[in-house]
Formats: sequence, C-alpha cells, structure tokens
Amino acid sequence: MSWKVLIVAEHDGAKLNVSTAKCVTCALGVAGAEISVAVCAVDAAAVAAQAARLSGVSGVLAVENPANQHALAAVLAPQLVALSGPFTHVFGPSTTFGKDLMARVAGLLGAAQVSDIMAIESPTRFRRPIYAGNAILTVEAAGDGKIVGTVRMASFEAAGPAATPAPVEKVAVSAQLPAHTRFVSVSAARSDRPDLQTAARVISGGRALGSAEGFKILYSLAGKLGAAVGASRAAVDAGYAPNEMQVGQTGKIIAPELYVAVGISGAIQHLTGIKDARTIVAINKDAEAPIFEVADFGLVGDLFQIIPEIERLI
Amino acid sequence: MRRILVGIKRVVDYNVRIRVKPDGSGVVTDGVKLSINPFDEIALEEALRIKERGGAEEVVVATVGPADCQQQLRTALAMGADRAVLVQADGVVEPLAAARALLKLVEREQPLLVILGKQAIDDDNGQTGQVLAALWNRPQATYASKLELGPSSARVTREVDAGLETLEVDLPAVVTTDLRLNEPRYVKLPDIMKAKKKPLDTVALAALGVEQRQQLKLVRFEPPPQRQKGIRVKDAAELVEALRKKGLL
Ligand SMILES: Cc1cc2nc3c(=O)[nH]c(=O)nc-3n(C[C@H](O)[C@H](O)[C@H](O)COP(=O)(O)OP(=O)(O)OC[C@H]3O[C@@H](n4cnc5c(N)ncnc54)[C@H](O)[C@@H]3O)c2cc1C
Ligand SMILES: Nc1ncnc2c1ncn2[C@@H]1O[C@H](COP(=O)(O)O)[C@@H](O)[C@H]1O
Repeated sequence: MSWKVLIVAEHDGAKLNVSTAKCVTCALGVAGAEISVAVCAVDAAAVAAQAARLSGVSGVLAVENPANQHALAAVLAPQLVALSGPFTHVFGPSTTFGKDLMARVAGLLGAAQVSDIMAIESPTRFRRPIYAGNAILTVEAAGDGKIVGTVRMASFEAAGPAATPAPVEKVAVSAQLPAHTRFVSVSAARSDRPDLQTAARVISGGRALGSAEGFKILYSLAGKLGAAVGASRAAVDAGYAPNEMQVGQTGKIIAPELYVAVGISGAIQHLTGIKDARTIVAINKDAEAPIFEVADFGLVGDLFQIIPEIERLI
Repeated sequence: MRRILVGIKRVVDYNVRIRVKPDGSGVVTDGVKLSINPFDEIALEEALRIKERGGAEEVVVATVGPADCQQQLRTALAMGADRAVLVQADGVVEPLAAARALLKLVEREQPLLVILGKQAIDDDNGQTGQVLAALWNRPQATYASKLELGPSSARVTREVDAGLETLEVDLPAVVTTDLRLNEPRYVKLPDIMKAKKKPLDTVALAALGVEQRQQLKLVRFEPPPQRQKGIRVKDAAELVEALRKKGLL
C-alpha cells in the first residue's frame, strides 16, 4: 500500500499558520507517505510558497477562487473533496478552523474522522485523548476508505525548513460552491503579546482575578516575561478576559515551556489544556486546590501580593 | 411549522472522575452518573428561548442510543421540549451514524434549525453537527456564542481561535453550541410531572434505514500519563530562584 496524505493549509491569505507545519510532522508518522498540502485561497501564491518550504512536503496544490476569501467550511469542503481523490488520508489541524472544516469533509466523503490525533502507531492506527484527556484511546481504521483526521497541536513540533522547496501546482477544481453561508465580520482583539498557542511562556488567570482590571497585573508581568496571557473558563464567562484567551478542553490546548496558573483551581477541563506544558507553576491561596496536583512548583498565597512581588524580582 | 430539532447525547456526567478499566476495554460506566451532554443542554436552552420569543413553534429533541436514554429525553421534556424521539441503537454510534439518523429525522420533521452541541464530552469528537450539515447540504455555524434568528436566515457569532466571527446562514441550517451561548435553566419538579405526559416516540436505527457500521475499531483505552508531583516553594523569591535554576526565566 502506498500512502498519500493531503494536509489542508490554515492561513489568513498572506501567512501560513504554524498549525500546518505541525500537521506535516504528524503526517510523517504515516510511514512512507507522500505528503501534499492544499492551499485554498483567492491568490494562493504567497501561502503556497511557504507551504512548499516545509520539510517533508512533496507537493503543494494551489486552488484559487474568489469564494475562498474567508475560510468557510461549507465553501472549502467541496473543493477538498474534489482534491482528495488520490489520497488515503486527509488531515487538518485541531484548531477551530480545522475542526469546523474537516468533519464537513468527512461527512461529504462518508469517511471516518479521527479527531485530535496525538500519535500515529501505524498508517491506520491512531492515539487520541477522550474524556477531556482523562483517557487515551487507540483506534484502528478499517483502511478501506479515506481516513480524515484532525491533528492535536500540542502533540507535534512544527516541521522545519526544507533544503529545496517542493513544487507548487495550480489546480482547478470543479465543485459546486454554495452561497448559503456568508461571512459578516470577525473581531479579533489586537494584541502585541505573543500568540497563546505558540508562546513559550504563558500566564493564565482564573476567577480569582476578580475583574478585567484585575487581569492587568498579569498583563504587566507577562509583558516583562514576553509571555502570552490565558484564562480559565470562569474568568472568560465572567467577562474578565475575551474568549480567545480560554485554555482547556473547550478552549485552547497548549504546550508552552512554562505555564503559570494564577488563581485557577485546576478543574479537569482546564488541566486538559495544559497537560503538555513542560513546567507548570501554580499560585493559589487554597493549599488544597487540585492545580497543585499537577504543578511542578506550587506557591500558596494571595496572588495580589505574589504577582507584583515576582515582577519586582525579575 | 417553524420547528427546531435538538440532538442530545447521553454522556458520563462532567463531574465524574473518569477511570479506565484495568483490562483497557473502556472506561468505568457502571454505577456512574449519566447526564445530557452539557453542550446539548445549552442547545436545548437556546431552542426553548427562541420558541419563547416567538421565533419557533415547536422544539423536538432526539437522541440516538440505547433504550434507557429515555431518562435523558424525559429530562429534556421537563426542561420544556415539546416532543422527543429516541432512535434506538445499542453499541457504538459513531458521528457519521448519528448524523445519518438525525438526517432521517430532519427529512421527517423539516426543521428550520437543528441545534447540536459542539462536542460530546465523552468521545470529544466534535463532528456530528458538521457531518449532518454536509449530508444535508445545508449551512453550518459551529461554536455559537450568539444566535439571532430571522425569518429566512440566521446570524451566528462563533467563538474561533482569533476571537469572534459572525456568519450569516440561510435557513434551514445546523448550529452547534459553545459554552457561552446561554446558561441552561433548572428543571422544576412540576415540570417533571408534566413531562411524563409529553410524547416520546421510539424508532429503531435500522428501521430508519441507517447502517450502524463502526468504521473505527476501539483497540485500547489507557489512563493518561501522570505528571509527577512537584514541590512547594515558600515565597515569590524561592519561586523565582527555582525557575531561574531551570533556565525558565
Ligand atoms: C463542558 C465543560 C467544559 C469546560 N471547559 C473548560 C475550559 O476549556 N477551560 C476551563 O478553564 N474551564 C472549563 N470548564 C470549567 C471548569 O470546570 C471550571 O469551572 C473552571 O475551570 C474554573 O475556573 P477557575 O479555576 O478560574 O475558578 P474557580 O474554580 O472558582 O477557582 C478559583 C481559584 O482561585 C483561588 N483564589 C481565590 N482568590 C485568590 C487569591 N487572592 N489569590 C490566589 N488564589 C486565589 C481559589 O482558591 C480557587 O482555587 C468547563 C466545564 C464544563 C462543564
Ligand atoms: N448519539 C447521538 N444522539 C443525538 N445527538 C448526538 C449523538 N451524538 C452526537 N450528537 C450531537 O452532536 C454533538 C456533537 O457530538 P460529537 O460529534 O460526538 O462530539 C452532540 O453535542 C450532540 O448534540
């Protein structure tokens, strides 16, 4: 059997998201596979060139269409299905972009989807977390149809640069694209801080911060450390932090070098988002808080005293 | 009739501490509390609010699962759903099979909106809504944190990695819920009594013409690797010192 993996590129029209390079590393786990990247865009040239420079990629398929201005799953999915013909696997990232899109692709293909692949044991055998990471499940696909997968971002490093870029091929796909779904707007909070999903250091705040104002002491420390800032669901629900800062089962799953949980109790849904962090620090006034069970360094005390003190010391 | 179909899945309650069976064949579910998937409670709550605002006339809940899922359907009826459908199936129901079953109900019920959870917290698949939308060839708006229903279209605000995205979708459409869409109501005792009289139909999955073929074999369940318990530091200075030593500051 010769395996062929198609990876769906995530991008903003100009820049390839690092999630694509992580999918490439995951796909390298499909032994002997030939790896292609699909770039669906209005003008694919810039992004396709970046994809072509990822080590492990043997070809880039560029699909250009004015309808690809915004990444709408209903518009992208038929194009990917049209491209998927020769491929045994179709992978995308487990980001909101990939999760939204890949399952629609799987539906159109009538294929099984393996969500959140964390390891590949064989071309048809995958490991994935279930129950908010409280169990790890190994699944085996029959292998008689295409395998669609989403790749868990915290489990793979980004593929490095290739010695020579892979060829880029412009492909015309004939797929009927629906007009029933229309992009209206996106409100992304502009931030000069590092991106939560790729930052080496992350400081997260919980309900204990008490207000959006309270979060300022974290922003200040994070600024000094070059860290990204995250939040628990309770903090987001209460309006102290925007939704894109949520870390956990239903927020972002991250794997920084250093994670500092400040005034976060450590519910399993939160812990599932930080399990792969290299070092976890917990600051909490409750010595019994479950966060201390997973923390490499625990400090019991009042965050409103401790955080400014740390900032003074560094 | 303007009807909303809500899909609910019965799952191990989110407060239960999950344990993997020693033989690796599954997780312990005997004697464990089972509940409606939290995202599906949010889906139902949203449907009920739309109805209460006059945006819909009927809310139908459906689940694909074993006979005793009736209990969760009764809870949904007590919350305020008008009718329930149990699509009976034992064993593993993969998202594709669940979506195919829901599609059959969609064809029968002709809803203007199907609301599902963004993911079931047992298998964490997060697929069924998108698969249904694909099979039905209709719009999908996943991870909704705000839903405004118009006469023939809906505006949905979605929680995406970058922030908040707003889409406009023609009806009928599939919407999947995120946590901040609403806060589900509590069931009141009199409503539990009333729910007993509400219609609950049962139909076998096979009778709908849906094949329950399992495409992914469940090979092995394992507990996750445990992190080693760390150390307590006494103050900020000791913490900073410890992190410096590890090269983290
Ligand atoms: C389906 C589902 C999905 C979920 N997904 C997520 C998710 O993705 N991410 C997530 O985070 N949660 C998620 N949750 C919620 C989760 O269960 C918890 O409710 C949440 O993580 C709690 O947030 P918290 O730790 O900030 O708040 P709390 O649990 O209220 O903890 C606050 C902590 O702050 C400490 N504290 C108070 N004051 C101080 C002080 N002055 N100094 C130091 N410490 C102090 C307290 O001791 C306490 O431990 C989910 C829940 C469900 C049901
Ligand atoms: N067996 C089922 N019966 C009814 N609805 C389901 C079923 N499985 C999944 N769903 C719906 O689809 C959503 C996503 O589930 P999943 O794709 O399994 O993560 C759930 O929140 C439910 O709304």
